[in-house]
Amino acid sequence: MALQVKDLRVYYRTLRGDVQALDGATFTLADGEIMGLAGESGCGKSTLGKSLIRLDARMRLVGGSVELDGDILPIGDDEAMRPLRFTKVSLIPQYAMSALNPTRKIGKLIAELLRSRGFDYGRFRPELIRRLELVGLGREVLDNYPIELSGGMKQRVVMVLSTLLDPGLLIADELTSALDVSTQRAVAEALVEFRDRRFVGSIIVITHDISLVYQIADTIMVMYAGKLAEKAPAETIVTAPRHPYTQLLLSSLPEVGVRYSDRKLTGIPGRPPTLLKPPGGCRFRDRCPLAYDKCREEPPFTEVAADHLVACWKAM
Amino acid sequence: MLTLDGVGKTYRTGAFGGRELTAVRDVSFTVASGEVVSLIGESGSGKTALGRMILRLVDVTQGSITYDGVDISRLRGRGLKEYRRRVQGVFQDPFSCFNPIFKADRVLSIIRDEFFPGLRAEQWRQRMDGALAGVRLDPAAVLDKYPHQLSGGQLQRMLIARAVLLDIGLLVADEIISMLDASTRIDVLNLLGELKAQGLSVLFITHDLSLGHYISDRTVILRRGEVVEQGATGEVFANPQNPYTRTLLASVPQLHERWAAQ
Amino acid sequence: MIDSTILAEAEAGHLPLAESKTREALHYALRNRKVVGGLAVVLAFLALGLAAPLFTDHGPNDFVGPPAAPPSGDYWLGTTTFGQDVFLQFANGIRSTFLVGFLGGGLAALIGMTVGFVAGYRGGLVDELLNMLTNVVLVLPALVVLIIFHAYVGVTSVPMQALFIGAFSWPWVARAVRAQTLSLRTREFVDLARLSGMRTTAIIRREIAPNMSSYLVMTFILLFGGAVLFAATLDFIGLGPTDVVSLGLMMNSAVRWSALHLGLWWWFVPPGAGITAIVGSLYIMNVGLDEVFNPKLREE
Repeated sequence: MALQVKDLRVYYRTLRGDVQALDGATFTLADGEIMGLAGESGCGKSTLGKSLIRLDARMRLVGGSVELDGDILPIGDDEAMRPLRFTKVSLIPQYAMSALNPTRKIGKLIAELLRSRGFDYGRFRPELIRRLELVGLGREVLDNYPIELSGGMKQRVVMVLSTLLDPGLLIADELTSALDVSTQRAVAEALVEFRDRRFVGSIIVITHDISLVYQIADTIMVMYAGKLAEKAPAETIVTAPRHPYTQLLLSSLPEVGVRYSDRKLTGIPGRPPTLLKPPGGCRFRDRCPLAYDKCREEPPFTEVAADHLVACWKAM
Repeated sequence: MLTLDGVGKTYRTGAFGGRELTAVRDVSFTVASGEVVSLIGESGSGKTALGRMILRLVDVTQGSITYDGVDISRLRGRGLKEYRRRVQGVFQDPFSCFNPIFKADRVLSIIRDEFFPGLRAEQWRQRMDGALAGVRLDPAAVLDKYPHQLSGGQLQRMLIARAVLLDIGLLVADEIISMLDASTRIDVLNLLGELKAQGLSVLFITHDLSLGHYISDRTVILRRGEVVEQGATGEVFANPQNPYTRTLLASVPQLHERWAAQ
Repeated sequence: MIDSTILAEAEAGHLPLAESKTREALHYALRNRKVVGGLAVVLAFLALGLAAPLFTDHGPNDFVGPPAAPPSGDYWLGTTTFGQDVFLQFANGIRSTFLVGFLGGGLAALIGMTVGFVAGYRGGLVDELLNMLTNVVLVLPALVVLIIFHAYVGVTSVPMQALFIGAFSWPWVARAVRAQTLSLRTREFVDLARLSGMRTTAIIRREIAPNMSSYLVMTFILLFGGAVLFAATLDFIGLGPTDVVSLGLMMNSAVRWSALHLGLWWWFVPPGAGITAIVGSLYIMNVGLDEVFNPKLREE
């Protein structure tokens, strides 16, 4: 399904004022596209992902709109979103492995969930088993308690569960961060397979691990301090990024190949600005080696090449 | 300098310790002076248990661990305290390592109380400033602050400073940067490199192969409590002999290469 | 669960939090109506118990007034069937109430916390043994033991009664403290303290207990109230010290001398109301303290 987000702003209410966690996100997601949403902690990626499915009590929709296949997605209205969750928009939450009720067998859990949505478990059971086998789990899993499964197995169960009703948009929040390297690959590739078989329409993969998301994503969007920094096809982001933050971030990642004795990598000095009363202009300018006086004015997120958007005066 | 010989760890579980769980089995390797050795393994590999045994936070069930010729697995009392002057550790979660109700620099003053009781205030101040400078921390920015007022990177550096205060020979670093942001990770890692250049040995425990490859001289690969491969880092990564090592390397996501089709 | 954004803000040091947790706690405590109200009531009773007997020239058990007289200007709470001053008995009774609460509660707190800390920190065999001990004491029928004890030795003073109460009231404290200690022990700052060469007692005293200080304070208040209730119950059924004035004993006498039937309400209502007020205020204070220490419960 095609997703269109226009100037989305979501703030968090705290005792000391509003934390401007997501401050004006505008982008589109084509049908069948896997987009990696990358950034460090506090950049707003989790907020963006969560706001597309459920705003919790402390989140406040301040402005902007979201359209799914041309229809407005009523993200500000919890009641109106309820029938759409799980059916049109679905989420694999962070720490999904801990989201399984430890006192229920997996099969019973899924049955209860479907029943609560008004669906018949019996009707879905053959498809459920087929999908479980697709991700490498046998039907015996339905008779297990969560504690009897490994982390990777639980993650795959949650994946199958979240996509059982073929949602148009799937949001995967830190899908693999708690898994071992070998299981990470299996789980990530299973996600791509789900898209290829049209179990899901489009996927937003939220992660802090760019190398991982590069393996499976079509496009990557980098966020910084509540704003969008850059969006481009995965290959372009990794080989020819235009935003200084993306460039510095990528150059600070040690991959197998670089050694300290040969070439010292450098990080990015300083810290992200506070989102409680964020500074005006480009939010990266305090740490940016290319900053100049125009950066005091906030750069718009514009297209600088085909499918390549950047929010930086120097890149335009 | 540090030698592990046939080290094993068995935990007793269940009521009255009826059942046994073997976390580590027959592990042997060495860490030479001024060397960084990375101990790589996934969850359940026993790498954390090994780190804790070396730090004497848990007892060694089998085998022996020798530091500079002394069998440290049986040390007690004063001998153990002396050992602590030589070997220290830094752990994964900086916010768990600091007692949240006290100021962050308390971890440094505890070292003073336990190891330098006779030191005058001025001498202590000098030592502390020197250690903080060595980890690139500005004393004015980090002293007299609570842990929640500092960033993860600053806290981890402070913990390294704490270890360095004692003039240690070996630092056991257990997943010390996995909870930090990508942009600060590399700075802390580079710090380890600088300390190594000054003669410190590091046992770098991690699950992340790229980090191990970046910083270490030798690599030990652990699987389910046993050593499956060890050797010079370049060699192990270029010519992995063990099939497990090969699978591990094949699954690591690379930044400029897509996973090869299996 | 703290949202990663808020956590990131806190990590970046941008959210200013109070310099001292104790000062913050004190600030909220003094503004919490339950804490202030509860404390005021308790302190008022304490003041009464301490001050009143100093201003009279007769003792609580002296036969001074007209028998069974209702409250009047001379005798504020009237007299008993023997002409004893009920108000003076009441004030003296409050003294022994506070004494037994403090000693009994304190002893239970001491035993319970020690057992809890040691069991939680050491684990293993020590933990198993202490758990067995806790469970045994928990199921021991205190009343039966006391009756037997009373028959042979007798409980002759308030401190002795407090000792007995303290010895039976600690198991739940041990359990709760053990649970908290178990969870705190796995935190890495305890590992760091061990790596710094700190000894076990020092670690418990300086690292673990301070983290639980709010819990320990509340536990003591509950034990205090519990001891008062237990003592009143024992006195009422005649298993307490008989030559000391206490509120429970007052109620015991009142029932024995048919105060209820004779309508001598001023004899049995004040002690009952007194115990209820003291214990009730302590518990309300505790609820208020819970709000003070746990920011999420504050009505903001």
